[in-house]
Amino acid sequence: MSPSSSSPSLLHLAVALDGTGWHPASWREPEARPRELLTAGYWADLVAEAERGLLDFVTIEDGLGPQSSHFLDPDERTDQVRGRLDAVLIASRIAPLTRHIGLVPTAVVTHTEPFHLSKAIATLDYVSTGRAGLRVQITARPSEAAHFGRRTIPRIEAYDSPETQELVTDLFDEAADHVEAVRRLWDSWEDDAEIRDAATGRFIDRDKLHYIDFEGKHFSVKGPSITPRPPQGQPLVTALGHQTVPYRLIARQADVGYVTPHDTDQARAIVAEIRAEQETAGRADELLHVFGDLVVFLDDDPAEAAARRDRLDTLAGEPYQSDARIFTGTPSQLADLLGEFQAAGLTGFRLRPAVLGHDLPAITRGLVPELQRRGAFRTDYEADTLRGLLGLDRPANRYAAA
Amino acid sequence: MSKPLKQIHLAAHFPGVNNTTVWSDPEAGSHIEFSSFAHFAKTTERAKFDFLFLAEGLRLREQGGKIYDLDVVGRPDTFTVLAALAAVTEHLGLTGTINSTFNEPYEVARQFASLDHLSGGRSAWNVVTSWDAFTGENFRRGGFLPQEERYSRAKEFLATTQELFDSWHGDEILADQESGVFLRDAKPGSFVHTGQHFDIHGQFNVPRSPQGRPVVFQAGDSEEGREFAASSADAIFSRYATLKEGRTFYTDVKNRLAKYGRRHDQLLILPAASFALADTDAEAEELARTVRRQQVSGATALKHLEFVWNRDLSSYDPEGPLPDIDPDVSDNHISKGRAQVRMYRDPLATAREWRELAAANNWSIRDLVINTGNRQNFVGSPETIARTINEYVQADASDGFILVPHITPTGLDAFADKVVPLLQEQGVFRTEYEGPTLRHHLGLAHPDDLQDEQRVAS
Repeated sequence: MSPSSSSPSLLHLAVALDGTGWHPASWREPEARPRELLTAGYWADLVAEAERGLLDFVTIEDGLGPQSSHFLDPDERTDQVRGRLDAVLIASRIAPLTRHIGLVPTAVVTHTEPFHLSKAIATLDYVSTGRAGLRVQITARPSEAAHFGRRTIPRIEAYDSPETQELVTDLFDEAADHVEAVRRLWDSWEDDAEIRDAATGRFIDRDKLHYIDFEGKHFSVKGPSITPRPPQGQPLVTALGHQTVPYRLIARQADVGYVTPHDTDQARAIVAEIRAEQETAGRADELLHVFGDLVVFLDDDPAEAAARRDRLDTLAGEPYQSDARIFTGTPSQLADLLGEFQAAGLTGFRLRPAVLGHDLPAITRGLVPELQRRGAFRTDYEADTLRGLLGLDRPANRYAAA
Repeated sequence: MSKPLKQIHLAAHFPGVNNTTVWSDPEAGSHIEFSSFAHFAKTTERAKFDFLFLAEGLRLREQGGKIYDLDVVGRPDTFTVLAALAAVTEHLGLTGTINSTFNEPYEVARQFASLDHLSGGRSAWNVVTSWDAFTGENFRRGGFLPQEERYSRAKEFLATTQELFDSWHGDEILADQESGVFLRDAKPGSFVHTGQHFDIHGQFNVPRSPQGRPVVFQAGDSEEGREFAASSADAIFSRYATLKEGRTFYTDVKNRLAKYGRRHDQLLILPAASFALADTDAEAEELARTVRRQQVSGATALKHLEFVWNRDLSSYDPEGPLPDIDPDVSDNHISKGRAQVRMYRDPLATAREWRELAAANNWSIRDLVINTGNRQNFVGSPETIARTINEYVQADASDGFILVPHITPTGLDAFADKVVPLLQEQGVFRTEYEGPTLRHHLGLAHPDDLQDEQRVAS
């Protein structure tokens, strides 16, 4: 199962872009550029920096409501970044300005149409010539359901109640259906469907176009797509998970899963659980990356990184907490930690810079050279597509006659 | 004193799924690869056009129960291409058709506001409607709107998105790093909309964009479509590109503006127009004939006849006479997903008229379709085309044109190089962009200024 195009000892690196960074007070740092968050130039600079560091891809966060410090409800805080742009469109705006790095926007699949999402990501794959991905997210926020008005989502009162489990399972099952419909639409044109046969006057061979006839619990989609099969065949599908239900979505539908272990034992257990689910889903022989998510404060002196975190916490009025492990230290210390996690079964990492203006360059100019010195990271982009960078083959079309 | 010369507005349509692109021409390139869109957009911007326009398709057309395979088939996603084109252009307006039936206002408003930010104020939305269950089979909300409700949904859809655009005023973000105040208000973007089609509330999460609201275009030609445009649109795409029809349409639509408290210059009339351009008028006439024959193969001619006959006509010879059987006047079952079908509201009368035309001119099926179907609106040398376009605009048959070349993506290159300079010499077309946004190019006020103006007036 080891990828053929990259050495198994190499790890993969992605960076998660969100506003000015993952610490809620990050926008107050001198390098933060908080007034430019809604401009293309801001995002172009970030992605160019990530590409300079030879990273596999960037993810771009998104949501169908305002950012909030509360998991379920909007808050009324005025001291944090609020407001953002559509992540797919940011990715597309940046695509012609970059050449190698993968672009993986977040899309919320709970209230949106698989037909639209499928053609949007296929098109991102065209405009980036094979570097598109998708980070699938669900929303259980009643407030976001009210932005669409087509269904109500009950407010989660107790996380361990049977009702909550049922709701969460249903939302993730719907997400799996959504991705299944999206994936079928990507395959709904065979690669050589456009024939331009002047002799018969036919532009396409319609026998190479396929109805997907997806029928699920929440929706059905007829197909075929309006957009021909994208350059990668199947753009990258990714999802974040913290427990069994989302791990199952990762195992069933993803090419990359993001997980949040806090130590190596936990990493080993999560990877084992996902691998077991992957086998249950009948995908045991497919390459599925499991990336560890880490929030990072990186400085050349560990005391400096800790002091920076303290300073930001003081500005925010409370200690920063995250679902992911928060790392504070030097690039070399982080490289040690990534090595340990990799030995526990993780194949890559999605780093969440605490302050993008500071910690992203620390990743590309500090961590990356350190990993390269250790022979653990690429020294040049070795493939033209995102799947290629991750050692994933271009998949055969499920509808093409063998 | 003579009237000052009107300034011409020009735009270009990158033809997606259509029956006019001559895809078999050796020069015809990809209609999917981004390099094609980039070439087309750069030519359009080099020519100082107002905007580039992309249509939309949400279901592949079918005829006789099979996917229609004779025209260009397939296209990329409108929003995604426009966002990428913002990276390779600086001034060009970016206009996309987005259907109001198979989308939700919150999502579309986010996408247009985002596109407006990411392009520095160059986005425009061509609002279209549909109702059919055929297209609806691709969507989770399913099929269907009763036909009479499509404009009521479209109107409410547009009004709702404008409420969302207006929910941020533009002064909420302070981002004061010193004091730690990011937002002036605790709940910017708050909205409540209760209506017939949408009952939604909450907070919009895209702050106000450079144009305030994207420019709004409308393309339907029904009575309701014209009213919708007069009440709500900044421009209307018409298909009346002859002088006489154009003037009638122009007068009709502009006269509807007053009852909505709008001035004549607040709605532009922009017909789609094709052209055949060559060095001399004679060569252009020859080119036009060639292109028409390339556009209408024998197979295409038969399929075109099937729209009217509503029958399988594949056994007929396209080079032979028209069928002597009458059209099937039951509900149209032969062709799905094609707006053109609705143009033939009385198939029996159309068939009768076509038979008479064919008999009088000794036309075969293919000749008939070539001669009655799409004709180039402007045929001639650069001088002839520049003169004619200007005549139409000065005569109020339109405010300009949306040019649809028959070759993708290079079909506009010669127009940019040869016709545009002549229009510029005549002083009727810009030589440089006057401002950064599409509203500047179109001479439209920013919605905030317009509201101020209306407040002062009332």
